[in-house]
Amino acid sequence: MAATIRIPTPLRKLTNEQETAEVESATVGAAIDELEGKFPGIKERLVGEDGEVRRFVNVYVNEEDIRFLKNQDTPLKDGDDVSIIPAIAGG
Amino acid sequence: MSKSAGFMRALKCRECGREYPLEATHVCEFDFGPLEVVYDYDKIKKSMTKAALAKRPETMWRFRELLPVAEEPTVGTRVGYTPLVKADRLAKWLGVREAWVKNDAVNYPTLSFKDRVVSVALSRAKELGFKTVACASTGNLANSVAANAASAGLDAIVFIPADLEEGKILNSLIYGARVVSIRGHYDEVNRLCAEIAGKYGWAFVNVNMRPYYAEGSKSMAYEVTEQLDWKLPQHTVVPMASGSLLTKIHKGYQELIQLGLAKDTKPTVHGAQATGCSPISVAYKQGMDFFKPVKPDTIAKSLAIGTPADGFYALKVMKETGGASDDVTDQEIREAMSALAECEGIFTETAGGVTVGVAKKLVASGKIPAEDSVVICITGNGLKTLDAVQGHVGKPAEIKPSLREFEQLIESDNKIKSK
Ligand SMILES: Cc1ncc(COP(=O)(O)O)c(C=O)c1O
Ligand SMILES: [Zn+2]
Repeated sequence: MAATIRIPTPLRKLTNEQETAEVESATVGAAIDELEGKFPGIKERLVGEDGEVRRFVNVYVNEEDIRFLKNQDTPLKDGDDVSIIPAIAGG
Repeated sequence: MSKSAGFMRALKCRECGREYPLEATHVCEFDFGPLEVVYDYDKIKKSMTKAALAKRPETMWRFRELLPVAEEPTVGTRVGYTPLVKADRLAKWLGVREAWVKNDAVNYPTLSFKDRVVSVALSRAKELGFKTVACASTGNLANSVAANAASAGLDAIVFIPADLEEGKILNSLIYGARVVSIRGHYDEVNRLCAEIAGKYGWAFVNVNMRPYYAEGSKSMAYEVTEQLDWKLPQHTVVPMASGSLLTKIHKGYQELIQLGLAKDTKPTVHGAQATGCSPISVAYKQGMDFFKPVKPDTIAKSLAIGTPADGFYALKVMKETGGASDDVTDQEIREAMSALAECEGIFTETAGGVTVGVAKKLVASGKIPAEDSVVICITGNGLKTLDAVQGHVGKPAEIKPSLREFEQLIESDNKIKSK
């Protein structure tokens, strides 16, 4: 089982400019931990000390904002696309 | 290479204060906070005196030191300086002592405040060497990018939600822009554009060019203050989609205070939303400092952003200035559009209906005291959202070209008989 995470430009220094990563985890929260294993330092950029996704980070599973799903408990399955996107855009 | 350019010093993260070079980039690498242009205010103070301003042409670019371009602007050089109308009849309808309408419904060239932000973004994009410009838009921005890019000889690609008003779509196509219509609401358009912007080397005015783009909105605050003889308005009511315009109007007032061009009379800034898309006003009413995203459903399509990028900062501005926020239903939006038209002869789009309708609510609830003075920011033109009022403003009386028929009409028609 693998989902694809798309890494936003501001974080690509941590991934050696890698644009996507495959994860095996069953939820978004677990996938972030799995990413941290591959690219140390990435988790603190995405999640604050309170354990919540940071205010200026939006996470989408198959185009849907996880705040409309189950936040970090949102399940992931084979072939899912996860996008991490800076919240500051548009308008 | 020195980071500064013209009157700009650098880009700076609003959250952690880290500085970045003045490039096409919009978020901090460390905390995803928004980058904002910082200026050399000492240098500006020497150059932008009231005496110098008096000699400059009446466009938004008379405040050019406070706008983020390195050289003289090259795109949209005639934008802005729209009328500030003393609105006595509207004041009566609102129930307030004094009202002014800042009328960006007649902004040049595309009839919305977006020409302000776009002329800045495209002038800066040219300075940075871009040939292609793009945007994620609820309609007006796309119109403005398309038109201003055409006149500047730039290629434009504009992204819009598929369900926009016909007028807003045609008003982008006519300029030869590539219009990409996305089957989804604005927040989905925006997410897609954020991903596209990372892949292609275009100047996305409200993504990678956002720090420059957003500053253009400050010009509305400078103009209003100068038009009020350098007095800051007591109250300003501003429509909110992403919340950027509201935060930048506040910043504009604060800069005029800092530069000694206006006395600090503690201007209050209020935010207006449509009930069908009110993440910011709901958060305000619940006393929260962060909003909950929503899925929009309103006739005010230009304001239909359910995940507002500057929602957090807009809430902060309203709290700090003693401002308030409220929202109005589709029916109240139409009534307010008619009220502004009938009182002042100004036909605004749905966003203007939101602003006027919310102003009335804020007066009624005492958030704007009846003895005070209020500036209402009208940001778009009614001719672009005809669909919203179609069937709600009556019909012409149709007769044959015959005097008898006209006399019959007069007999039965109260609207004419009472004259
Ligand atoms: C007519 C009109 N007014 C106001 C706004 C709000 O702009 P902001 O996103 O800066 O809050 C928009 C945005 O598209 C608009 O089109
Ligand atoms: Zn930062």
